Amino acid sequence: MTEITKEIVSEHGLSESEYEEVLKILGRVPNINELGIFSVMWSEHCSYKSSKKWLKTLPTEAPWVICGPGENAGVVDIGDGQAAIFKMESHNHPSYIEPYQGAATGVGGIMRDVFTMGARPIANMNALRFGRPDHPKTRHLVSGVVSGVGGYGNCMGIPTVGGETNFHASYDGNILVNAMTVGLADTDNIFYSAAAGIGNPVVYVGSKTGRDGIHGATMASAEFDDDSEEKRPTVQVGDPFTEKLLLEACLELMATDAIVAIQDMGAAGLTSSSFEMADKGGVGIQLDLDNVPMREEAMTPYEIMLSESQERMLMILKPGREGEAKTIFEKWELDFAVIGKVTDTGRMVLTMGGEIVADLPVAPLADSAPEYDRPWVKTECPDPIKASDVSAPADLKKTLLKIMGSSDIASRKWIWEQYDHMVMGDTIQRPGGDAAVVRIHGTDKALAITTDCTPRYCYAHPETGGAQAVAETWRNLTATGALPLAITDCMNFGNPERPEIMGQFVGCIEGMRDACIALDYPVVSGNVSLYNETNGTGIFPTPAIGGIGLLKQSDHMATLAFKNSGEVILVVGEASGDMGQSIYLKEIEGREEGAPPSVDLAIERKNGDFVRDAIHAGELTACHDISDGGLLVAISEMALAGNCGADLDLVSDLPLHAACFSEDQARYIVTATSETAEKLLEKAKLANVPLQLIGTTGHNELNFGTELSISIEDIREVYSNWLPDLMTVPGN
Amino acid sequence: MKAAVIVFPGSNCDRDMKVAIEQSMGHSPAMVWHADTDLPETDLIAIPGGFSYGDYLRCGAIAGNSPIMREVVKKAKVGTPILAVCNGFQVATETGMLPGALLRNANQKFICKDVDLKVAANNERFVGAFETGQTVRFPVAHHDGNFFTDDETLARLEGEGLIAFKYSDEDGNVTDTTNINGSRNNIAGIYNEAGNILGLMPHPERLISDQLGGTDGKTFFDNLINSLS
Amino acid sequence: MKARVTISLKNGVLDPQGKAIEHALHGLGFEGVNEVRQGKIIELDLGDISTDAAPAEVEKMCTQLLANTVIENYTVELLD
Repeated sequence: MTEITKEIVSEHGLSESEYEEVLKILGRVPNINELGIFSVMWSEHCSYKSSKKWLKTLPTEAPWVICGPGENAGVVDIGDGQAAIFKMESHNHPSYIEPYQGAATGVGGIMRDVFTMGARPIANMNALRFGRPDHPKTRHLVSGVVSGVGGYGNCMGIPTVGGETNFHASYDGNILVNAMTVGLADTDNIFYSAAAGIGNPVVYVGSKTGRDGIHGATMASAEFDDDSEEKRPTVQVGDPFTEKLLLEACLELMATDAIVAIQDMGAAGLTSSSFEMADKGGVGIQLDLDNVPMREEAMTPYEIMLSESQERMLMILKPGREGEAKTIFEKWELDFAVIGKVTDTGRMVLTMGGEIVADLPVAPLADSAPEYDRPWVKTECPDPIKASDVSAPADLKKTLLKIMGSSDIASRKWIWEQYDHMVMGDTIQRPGGDAAVVRIHGTDKALAITTDCTPRYCYAHPETGGAQAVAETWRNLTATGALPLAITDCMNFGNPERPEIMGQFVGCIEGMRDACIALDYPVVSGNVSLYNETNGTGIFPTPAIGGIGLLKQSDHMATLAFKNSGEVILVVGEASGDMGQSIYLKEIEGREEGAPPSVDLAIERKNGDFVRDAIHAGELTACHDISDGGLLVAISEMALAGNCGADLDLVSDLPLHAACFSEDQARYIVTATSETAEKLLEKAKLANVPLQLIGTTGHNELNFGTELSISIEDIREVYSNWLPDLMTVPGN
Repeated sequence: MKAAVIVFPGSNCDRDMKVAIEQSMGHSPAMVWHADTDLPETDLIAIPGGFSYGDYLRCGAIAGNSPIMREVVKKAKVGTPILAVCNGFQVATETGMLPGALLRNANQKFICKDVDLKVAANNERFVGAFETGQTVRFPVAHHDGNFFTDDETLARLEGEGLIAFKYSDEDGNVTDTTNINGSRNNIAGIYNEAGNILGLMPHPERLISDQLGGTDGKTFFDNLINSLS
Repeated sequence: MKARVTISLKNGVLDPQGKAIEHALHGLGFEGVNEVRQGKIIELDLGDISTDAAPAEVEKMCTQLLANTVIENYTVELLD
């Protein structure tokens, strides 16, 4: 067997002190199989060694939370004995190397996390970040990732109902592909991963094991360098058809009571699934690797344990139920093999060819994984940029067109038209709105789902950015009329060994924590992706937040489109007019500077609760939150969606550009009939919520006094064409 | 009135089809598994959308050779009405029940959106609720919907009124710009010669209520169920 | 024995994937390429099927399943 040298230890990504710890735990030198197992279990990806200390500070509980972080996905109660199960996860590095398969297997992996817990997936979402639009690789990456996301979800028949996409130079060498799945289960039939029952069979189901993706988990924990191209062969290939069969087979078996515990084989494959199950159950597991279904010949124990072949699950069955389970899996033409049993030794013992090939204590390896308190420095908040520090637009019409056709604002339709967003027949708010809304099949209820983050805010000031990301999801859910319930977080950052990057992480977590507490909106699941750096340059800190909310009556849902001519347009919330980090500043002045808009969580909650109540009371005909680009962008989006213009009469103390384009938070644009508007103004006064009448809907133009007169079609042209133009290969 | 929906491994619009039929028929259709060799007595067979057998090899090819499809083809020959949507349309062409083949979309991309369709030729049973020449709106969601057939067959389809729907704009203009996937003559759906089979790429079962964004699909199913009852 | 089946789209059937490859090659500077057609290769291990029976058997497989003769051509190569 391979001799363990210093080089081999270092190739496995273990530091000297970590290797010392390995020697201490074992009391001997590990063999190569054992070293490989330590290496993946203690990788950043599996162990959260840099982030754990801070993740623990996030609020994770509420009366409606059934299961918080630590399981395959988070679980919240949505009433009537039903639960929503959801999580978001990154697949960044694989997607950069092979965009189609990287994105596809990311989607496959997160769906498995959700159905492992007994839920049928009902919606997929994503959060994507690419490099600057004119970077030579961007078009190839966008095209590959989008077809990969669609390819997997479409084939599975789970609608991909929305998401968000950014372009920025900070992602030139490290794109982000974060995929989220929401599933539906009965609260009395949720499955967990703790192994139990000494002697119970350990069962492998799904696809066969091949040599794909070996060391994917350690790859996700190392920076890229120019040699990354050579890592190509380790990328996994997804098979959505097999996963569809696996989904149906698992749900069929889950309808019986044969399963004790179940865990998806995701990153670090059989290693992390078996260790996690044993560790959570406080038991040992013995595996006979000869019985693992294999796709390739002469696979070594090392390869079997570290393979990241997709579409596989590990489960512990009740004794004597193997036959029943096997019949189901064979009906679905999937592999089924008893590969081991639960033991009382507290050790993971692996045999192959009659020999013991690894013998490791479970608890020290899983629990005593390194945990670091990495040094960090706080990012000081830059000075705000006042409206008076920014020049006024020479021509409001040209300015608006430039912003509506900019990379941050332009329509993402080119992307979501490649996703089947209607299959399952319950999508009642399609992509392009504030949040997607899917009905809970056969009920009056619906779930609103959104993903948000504004990385440029997080980079400027992590605390504000972290709070803003959470608040924006809350606001987007609210704008549909949903009551926000909980979030999942996907924390994408650079190298945590650099104090300023670690400081970004700590800052974002602090902001998120404040927002979660203030909005009664806990974190129930999440994922961390660090080392998103190329040649020493990190990405913008990107804590992507996925939020879900509940509409008890789906017909109360609001949408952003202007509905009828002659309705009153109102703005909820107040503007300071600060322009720091705004799209206006970036696109018109070419400056990415200043403090992000401040986040006042008490105001956020008060304004949001007012809006939601008004939606439920049937008082609003349209609702849209104000975010990227500011008020005039929000109004333009409402006009485009409804194919209906507006006459604006915005009385403001602020300079024109600040009134139109500042990105002050906690604001919404709503419409109502003129009679209802009177009533709303009174109610707002009583509730101490700023509400101002700013115009009337009608005809097919946006008019604003002498400042602006522009047809909806002119806006639509720049807004719709930007992305298709970017993606058109010259000469095709 | 009885209906049956065929389910292959990888079908994923089977539930949507069931819901649409239920809504118009008032009771559930039978769901028939691909490995079954017997079809129940039925007045309508629906072959739903999805990715049967992963659409590996060619879309619909493996499903076209499954045991249940031999039974479906037999029923087709004796005149049982068959509605084949999306992947179902692909399966129907693979079995030869309908002419032509569905190729990869000309733009190479999966396309999911509502489209306008001109009702090209009437067949009371399937589209009796609509006038020839009027437009209806159904969603599409496919990667391989580019209808191909040879010149001779194309001329026959046109000449004998066997084209059900063509991709158009909302005023019924059938042009290259409204041809979303490169289909010959903008064909979105066709009948067989006997008129008992309709194959179409768009999904009428997806627009069956205002909440879902439209009701042309409901009109379609109401008429279909009505005419078969 | 083994068989290798090569399947390609018939001439006259639009091959958008081939066209995309052609454009990409031109983009990379391979200007001399005139036409690209994409197809697929299916390798079959024929196990116990005898050499005599193989050609007819594979032919049947092609017409029944492997190729769609409405749009595709196929060729069969038998390998020892």
